[in-house]
Amino acid sequence: MANPSNPNAPKYTGLKGWFYDRLPIAEFIDTQLTGYFAPKNFNFWYYFGVLSLVALVLQLVTGIFLTMFYKVGEATAFDSVEFIMREVQFGWLIRYLHSTGASFFFIVVYLHMFRAMLYGSYKRPRELLWLFGMAVYLALMAEAFMGYVLPWGNMSFWGAQVIVNLFSTIPAIGGPLVEWIRGDYGIADATLNRFFSLHVVAVPLALILLVVLHLVALRHHGSNNPDGIEIKKNLDKSGKPVDGIPFHPYYTVKDLVGVGVFLIALAIVVFFVPTLGGLFLEGPNFEPANPLSTPEHIAPVWYFTPYYAILRAVPDQQLGALLMFLAVAAFIFLPWLDRSPVKSIRYKGWMSKLALTVFAVSFIALGYLGLQPAEGVYVFYARVFAVLYFAFFFLMPFYTRMEQTKPVPERLTYHAHA
Amino acid sequence: MLAGAVVAVPTWAAEGPEAGAKAEEEGHAAQAARDFKHWKAENEVTNLPSLQRGARNFTGYCLGCHSLKYVRWSRVGEDLDIPEEQLEKFLLPPGDKPADYILTSMPAQDAANWFGKTPPDLSLIVRARGADYVYQFLKTFHVDASKPTGVNNLRLEGTAMPHVLSELEGVKKAVYQVEETKGEDGKPHTERVFQKFETVVPGRLSAADYDAFVRDTVNFLDYASEPAQVKRRSLGVWVVLFLIAFTWLAMLLKKEYWKDVH
Repeated sequence: MANPSNPNAPKYTGLKGWFYDRLPIAEFIDTQLTGYFAPKNFNFWYYFGVLSLVALVLQLVTGIFLTMFYKVGEATAFDSVEFIMREVQFGWLIRYLHSTGASFFFIVVYLHMFRAMLYGSYKRPRELLWLFGMAVYLALMAEAFMGYVLPWGNMSFWGAQVIVNLFSTIPAIGGPLVEWIRGDYGIADATLNRFFSLHVVAVPLALILLVVLHLVALRHHGSNNPDGIEIKKNLDKSGKPVDGIPFHPYYTVKDLVGVGVFLIALAIVVFFVPTLGGLFLEGPNFEPANPLSTPEHIAPVWYFTPYYAILRAVPDQQLGALLMFLAVAAFIFLPWLDRSPVKSIRYKGWMSKLALTVFAVSFIALGYLGLQPAEGVYVFYARVFAVLYFAFFFLMPFYTRMEQTKPVPERLTYHAHA
Repeated sequence: MLAGAVVAVPTWAAEGPEAGAKAEEEGHAAQAARDFKHWKAENEVTNLPSLQRGARNFTGYCLGCHSLKYVRWSRVGEDLDIPEEQLEKFLLPPGDKPADYILTSMPAQDAANWFGKTPPDLSLIVRARGADYVYQFLKTFHVDASKPTGVNNLRLEGTAMPHVLSELEGVKKAVYQVEETKGEDGKPHTERVFQKFETVVPGRLSAADYDAFVRDTVNFLDYASEPAQVKRRSLGVWVVLFLIAFTWLAMLLKKEYWKDVH
């Protein structure tokens, strides 16, 4: 063990010492786990970061097993998924974990993003952290879309048709671009094969890299918190944040509870309602892809429907597609749209509180409307909520500057539970 | 004691509300008979005798044209608790082995020529359309001289499928009522609204027996759509219980550690 008489002597000896001298495991634990200080006032909203990571691992592991039995190709894909569901030992479980896991991934990512919006986690000095997060979100959308095509059901086919065709609205290069994406004149075998390659290799690699960058950027300044105060500004004599606690063991054990609850919810869906009434797995996708028969109404899976509702709310397809992309991209600009002197919603004025509430309601309402047929009163409401959705972003520079904010306290507000 | 009570009640009261309730009940029944899109299959995939009867019905009446190409005979035997010798004696078509998939012997091309469309594989019909849909479909065949098959279907208007169960159900005709409704353009439209079925030729089974026959068949198709579903639910109970215990322990652990955070 450590030799007090010689400060230069290595801290660890023997096999452990040999190993640690060559791989900085001890240093990693010291700086990133036991010596990494996190604000002690994390609330409910702070579970969704680690849960996103759990969802990612779940998707990677179940995806590996699915790939062992899935047979890419328009003649084999649908059959191989049914083979997995019926004849592979616990294949149904792996498949449902993967299909339910995709929806759960989006649930926790949306809540994770909403947390950042609540407490201004995207603000200086964490702009890049937010941007890496957005990149993860975009990669996740591509991953989910291509994954949805792989079972080659009828909704896979027609969903791909609709989404890929959106790129045709791009002036000048639209037509050739769509052909290039599909690799054929329609959604076909070539499309399925390349989506498989991208879904299984390219996008997961990008996702992992982006998640690592997201975490590195997070660890540099440390987590924000519900008060929006930098805990590193308030250090004790030994240089530790007064309002911080070591990530391990405090947050590892706390997160374990969150993971438990997450897994309970996941298991309830997987074992008892895996299609969730057509929300997680749609009925028409149990019919094989058929270019001659369009499903009664084509709707993407729920996590894309807020944007889909915006697309359909606009009579002009080109403008609709543009607004849809803008609705996704708007999040990217949040760090610069928010001009408030304070981070957390706790100390912002009533206008910010109202705006965020209106945004959340609009997002959920658009999500609901995107699942309904695009007719009558649904289109009208989609237009109303689309306007409110964009108003949240475009008016942000004004209302965040105009409103009266509350003074931010020196220390975190934390009440230990009895 | 009851007799005394009845005597004490005036005759108008004894008849009035009861007759009203009866008429209302009949009204509800007629309404339910009209709303065929709301009929429920109410099948239970844990009911083994029903599934076994359903398997028999399927091989007897559906397999001539429809396959269950993702299901093996042996799996049906295993899941439905049918011993192998009985499986071979009562269900397996001659020449098929238990490990074979459940395939129809009708050539697809011939079928397309005869019916205008190849009869679909039914392995996933309940997942794609729902058990209620299949139930409604099998219950709403009615005579229609304008169709090549002589029948039409309320649930799937213009279906190419003949009423292969008419031997059991009999032949019935749909009674419509012409109703005036306001269309989307505000102008009055006349619409034929389905009222009820009337038996033209009775079948071998009573109405109740035919209903049971259809429910068993739908039940079997529900099972075939996801053979693992019963196991899925029973396993799920244990998984969720385990996870609740795990989360409870994690909560205790968290509380213990967080004691020293002030």
